[in-house]
Amino acid sequence: MSKKPNPFLFIGILTITSSLLLSLAATQLKSYQDYNVDVDKKKNVLKCIGLDVSVLSSENIINEYNSRISEIITDKDGNNIERVNFSDLTLKENKMTGESMFIFESKKYLPIFKSSSPEATIIPISGKGLWSTLFGYFALDNDFNTVKGITFYQHSETPGLGGEVDKDWFQNNFVGKKIKDDEGSLVSVQVVKGKSGDNIHGVDGISGATITSRGLTDFLLRDLKRYTPFFNKQMDRIN
Amino acid sequence: MSIRKNIVFSDPIISNNPITRQVLGICSALAVTVKVDSAIVMAFALTFVLVGSNTIISILRKKIPSNVRIIVQLTIIATLVIMTDQLLKAFLFDISKQLSVFVGLIITNCIVMGRAEAFAMQNSLKDSLLDGLGNGIGYGAVLIIVAIIREFLGSGSIMNINLLPASMYVENGGWYVNNGLMLLAPGAFIVLGLLIWIQRTVTNYTEE
Repeated sequence: MSKKPNPFLFIGILTITSSLLLSLAATQLKSYQDYNVDVDKKKNVLKCIGLDVSVLSSENIINEYNSRISEIITDKDGNNIERVNFSDLTLKENKMTGESMFIFESKKYLPIFKSSSPEATIIPISGKGLWSTLFGYFALDNDFNTVKGITFYQHSETPGLGGEVDKDWFQNNFVGKKIKDDEGSLVSVQVVKGKSGDNIHGVDGISGATITSRGLTDFLLRDLKRYTPFFNKQMDRIN
Repeated sequence: MSIRKNIVFSDPIISNNPITRQVLGICSALAVTVKVDSAIVMAFALTFVLVGSNTIISILRKKIPSNVRIIVQLTIIATLVIMTDQLLKAFLFDISKQLSVFVGLIITNCIVMGRAEAFAMQNSLKDSLLDGLGNGIGYGAVLIIVAIIREFLGSGSIMNINLLPASMYVENGGWYVNNGLMLLAPGAFIVLGLLIWIQRTVTNYTEE
């Protein structure tokens, strides 16, 4: 039986070795991981406007994104801010509400993605579900009323229940729904219990995911409200 | 000696399978078997961690002070798991998103800790390596079988390739609806239960 080393010494060497290995791995792989996250977000922007992204490679996604999408930065009153780029913004999450705050030089901005073909306006949406904050995109047609699509690129809801929000059957429900009532005021789209039928402001609920659905309904309305000044400015320009 | 090697390697694959015989690692077996591709990646990830931890712990087994051996095992396993998670995030991002927390949860997978404590602490490097590989394959095989059944019945596809003609489905005027139960955890329980039954019938094993 060989003599065993001092436990403190052994644990010390072990933890130093493993932390060195892990920090090496983390720093070396960071650029690959960041690239993947970036591609994934762009993929979801494209998916939101109805493109079939499952067949596209990472390079194709970047190319499609660059050719179709332009990034616009506005302030909370809906004015274009030319001097700020999308890449300048850092995304901070409001831990209470799950609201996304895009910050540059400690001022908040609202980024918007404009798609040229098909023509659409895409806004980032986020908020609390049951377990986690959901992050996604919401696309509107040129009338700023008809829903073009919705996607979620990050969440930790229960797979099979709340997690269904990232499934096509649920997201396809939103397409063609209206966010404004006949008078033109914002009512957003609600996730209803059971089947929505011909309700133009409601989509089919997910059974067993009441809290996720309610959260989604709430934060969708809140985020649409944030962007309403911009939508109105754009509408005025068209009319 | 070579017979023993064979047993060390093949025993956990069939007769002493970690999932169907010892009923370990059930959590991940339920969670990641909705799609075959995520099951395959999970199987590789666990095998990698298991072989790695068994090997390292076997090399260090004479040096590890016995009063802190669990901490040592856990540190080694955790390091390997985080490395695996980082590698998946860098090179297999979509699948890593699907597997989400379950790669991280390999740390708490009873198979890894169990083999480290029960086998690698007492046995030579070669045996431990084979034992890790055997258990990894045994785990992976069950995972992939369950995933094939669940993905086929639940989504009508295997490896995301649709196997059922679209005209068969109700929405296109056919008669078939995918079995949604198979996509949820109870579906995995049922499939796993049936597998355990078959495996125990074939190997003539009865619980004492």
